[in-house]
Amino acid sequence: MSKPEFVYVTYIETTPEKLWEALTKSEFSERYWWGTKILSTWKVGSPFALEWRGTVTDTGVIVEADPPRRLSYTWSNASEEFRNERPSRVTFVLEPYGKLVKLTLTHEDFEQDSKMLQGISKGWPAIMSSLKSMLESGQALDVPLAALKIEGVE
Amino acid sequence: MDISQFKPAIVYTIYIASTPEKVWQALTTAEFSRKYFSGFAVEAELKVGGAFVARAPDGSVHIGGEVIECDPPKKLTITWNVNWPALVEKLGVTLVTYEIEQAGDAVKLTLIQAHDRPIDDDILSGGRQGWPAILSSLKSLLETGEALTIKMEPPQRMLAALKKMGIATP
Repeated sequence: MSKPEFVYVTYIETTPEKLWEALTKSEFSERYWWGTKILSTWKVGSPFALEWRGTVTDTGVIVEADPPRRLSYTWSNASEEFRNERPSRVTFVLEPYGKLVKLTLTHEDFEQDSKMLQGISKGWPAIMSSLKSMLESGQALDVPLAALKIEGVE
Repeated sequence: MDISQFKPAIVYTIYIASTPEKVWQALTTAEFSRKYFSGFAVEAELKVGGAFVARAPDGSVHIGGEVIECDPPKKLTITWNVNWPALVEKLGVTLVTYEIEQAGDAVKLTLIQAHDRPIDDDILSGGRQGWPAILSSLKSLLETGEALTIKMEPPQRMLAALKKMGIATP
């Protein structure tokens, strides 16, 4: 059986520094991530939280922070549907690639048959696509959450 | 061709600020593909049974195939066989499906690479490396007017695995 994980690679015409900022500052995440605030001091061991419309939706701890190369945090969703699942782990690797940056996102440490994994597998492509658009064209995407067809999300 | 036995091995989804018609055009015409797909010219006879070819800049056929499903601008399924001797004989046919859906003001493009038998991870590393580069570049082209320059060589682990199976690569 294959490992329960989600891997997404994209190439972005930007610099590792700008991409790092976009991954760690709410002023950017609010634009490409449906208004989500991304809250942390980004020091190893410090807390990490996502806040959406005034409510904390996900929490974790910073595991690695090596700007502008590697960022990793644990991730637990607070909703009733997912809170019994063990924390998963998100890692971003930023590599200069000619005039571009290759961004590799790995979301792993899921239980077999994780419902969370099904949800994030639909969410990340939209978030990463919107991030790329914002950095390249200045305009994030307008993809309604409902279009992702995530079970339990409208 | 019966495609019921094919199972997805690689799925990649990308959202693009564009229209389904423009995404369809970008996937099926040389004018666009030359810009985002390493200079390769896509020539597609857009009807079931029609020919699908991706020609290298020197004019040689790099990928040859056939149109299996064609529902513009929503779905295109083609066979996608890299033109390396013995590849189809040893690995079977590779099936590629593009699904195009409106998602708000954007377009959701899903790429599915499927096979009729289990394929080794080393061999799939080629598609896992290639598709994100090709489709990231296609997205940039449609959104900004400029494709990305992504120079890449086939993964060594794929070439080694193909060689082991007796498939000759250039």
